[in-house]
Amino acid sequence: MSLKDRVERCLGDYATAFVECRGDLCVEVPVEDVLKVIASLKDELGFDFLSDLFGVDNSVLFEKKAKAAKKKKKAEDEALPGDDVPPPPRFEVNYLLLSLERNERLQVKIRVPEDKPEVDSVTGIWKAATWPEREVYDMYGIKFKGHPDLRRLLMWDEFPAYPLRKDYPLEGQGEERHLSYTTTES
Amino acid sequence: MAQQCPNIPEVGDFVTINIGPSHPAMHGTLRVIAQTDGETILKADPEIGYLHRGVEKLGENLTYHQFIPLTDRLNYCSAITNNVSYEMAVEKLMGLEVPEKAQLIRMIMMELTRISDHIVCIGILGVDLGAFTPYFYLFIQREEIYEIFEWFNGSRLTTTFGRIGGVEADLPEDFEQRWEELKPNLRKAIDETDRLFTHNRIWMDRTIGTTAISPEDALNWGFTGPCLRAAGVKRDLRKDEPYGMYDKVNFEVPTGKHGDVFDRYIVRMIEMEESIKIIDQAFQMYKEMAPDAPLRAKVPKIIKPPEGEVYHAIESPNGELGFFVKSDGSDKPYRIKIRPPCYMIYQAFPELVQGEMIADLIACLSSLNIIAGELDR
Repeated sequence: MSLKDRVERCLGDYATAFVECRGDLCVEVPVEDVLKVIASLKDELGFDFLSDLFGVDNSVLFEKKAKAAKKKKKAEDEALPGDDVPPPPRFEVNYLLLSLERNERLQVKIRVPEDKPEVDSVTGIWKAATWPEREVYDMYGIKFKGHPDLRRLLMWDEFPAYPLRKDYPLEGQGEERHLSYTTTES
Repeated sequence: MAQQCPNIPEVGDFVTINIGPSHPAMHGTLRVIAQTDGETILKADPEIGYLHRGVEKLGENLTYHQFIPLTDRLNYCSAITNNVSYEMAVEKLMGLEVPEKAQLIRMIMMELTRISDHIVCIGILGVDLGAFTPYFYLFIQREEIYEIFEWFNGSRLTTTFGRIGGVEADLPEDFEQRWEELKPNLRKAIDETDRLFTHNRIWMDRTIGTTAISPEDALNWGFTGPCLRAAGVKRDLRKDEPYGMYDKVNFEVPTGKHGDVFDRYIVRMIEMEESIKIIDQAFQMYKEMAPDAPLRAKVPKIIKPPEGEVYHAIESPNGELGFFVKSDGSDKPYRIKIRPPCYMIYQAFPELVQGEMIADLIACLSSLNIIAGELDR
């Protein structure tokens, strides 16, 4: 039985889409069900190792696609104006799972909307998610509910923006870190 | 007085000490804030990000080939492995078939890097524990390896080795002679280090049982590479998910039992020996190739992979080094995510050093081989 069939049988309706690229299987699941999905993948299919966890900002990609679709539509026919499909949620969080026994890899993808950037934390299942989740919070501003210590990881705590979002300029916005030194009385 | 870490409340007579980010015993810009009772660590909180250069953000604004020099700056002790790992991810995305000769050259160079990376790790571990002599025995040979890199790549540390689809040049003619000269010296240096360290009473006292981790915990924390194998899990991507030509060579995967500093050291020592064996076999296969065999797949001048996303991981000296590349069909990657091995390992640090001595904190840090460049990216 191929990996896709097994994942399909295990997840049932939770799996909303399958994408295969060069042999890498990616399954999309709803953002609310991520904990259930990850737990059942771990217990039933033996995906017992979290290889990585990271976010992606898809805003530029969707804009590009919307533009291309508009152009195509215009070229094809002028009818059906104004029935633009709302773009899918802006962010995605990817979990790269690995089954040590079978040497199979699976990518689990959830899409996180910009106005409600909240995801359940998987640190209860894998401690390995501790820092990657902090990094996603640091870089994209996605909050992880139930994370034991959700602080910024690479940037300093007072940093005002989320640098890996596509609308953050490459050269930065002139943020400076001011360290305050306190002395203790002895 | 150090800035208070929000994680660590100040209680009673305990002293909070700050080590780093600039400290002679810390490797690179690492900082640990530790709460201590006497010399015992009650809690430690590592703070990272002092070497954060935004490599992933930069990658989104560079073309596929322009990103290769940036990968040198991740783990600067084993730059070639980083280069090849990234190139393999892009090749996978484009569906390129790399010629066998190029794969052999990559394999030889990657194993040389593995040796030099382990030399750095073991040498510095010795220095941190007060053993200075083996450091010199080993680093002389590392210098020789770097000579080979320099003479092949034109640079020693930041090699920018290989191109997408293959390698840029063939091994020079006198590689065999150089390797035959280096090999006995290397074996001798490893042997001398082994004799100075392995059964040394002080070394054993300092390393055996220090910061041990169980295999279950190691897997839960996302350990890979020598640190995972030291805990007793036999996992090596070269064997388990063979890439390149690794399925055609014979080598052993050493494992430890306790996951302590000593086991990490001994696993690395054996791996160096195995790497020498791999290079010998790879070079033998290389010699059987036709001299005019192709070195690079047919690659367009401007690389525009089709839309899609792939993850490809290889066994770097530190563990699983993976690159996730997402393409939107243009000449620049849409997103590059690097999975550095020591990033996952270092997050377990508070748990590892809890209840140990401060001096063991330094030993643990060296044995995990934390490289700030790939930790912070």
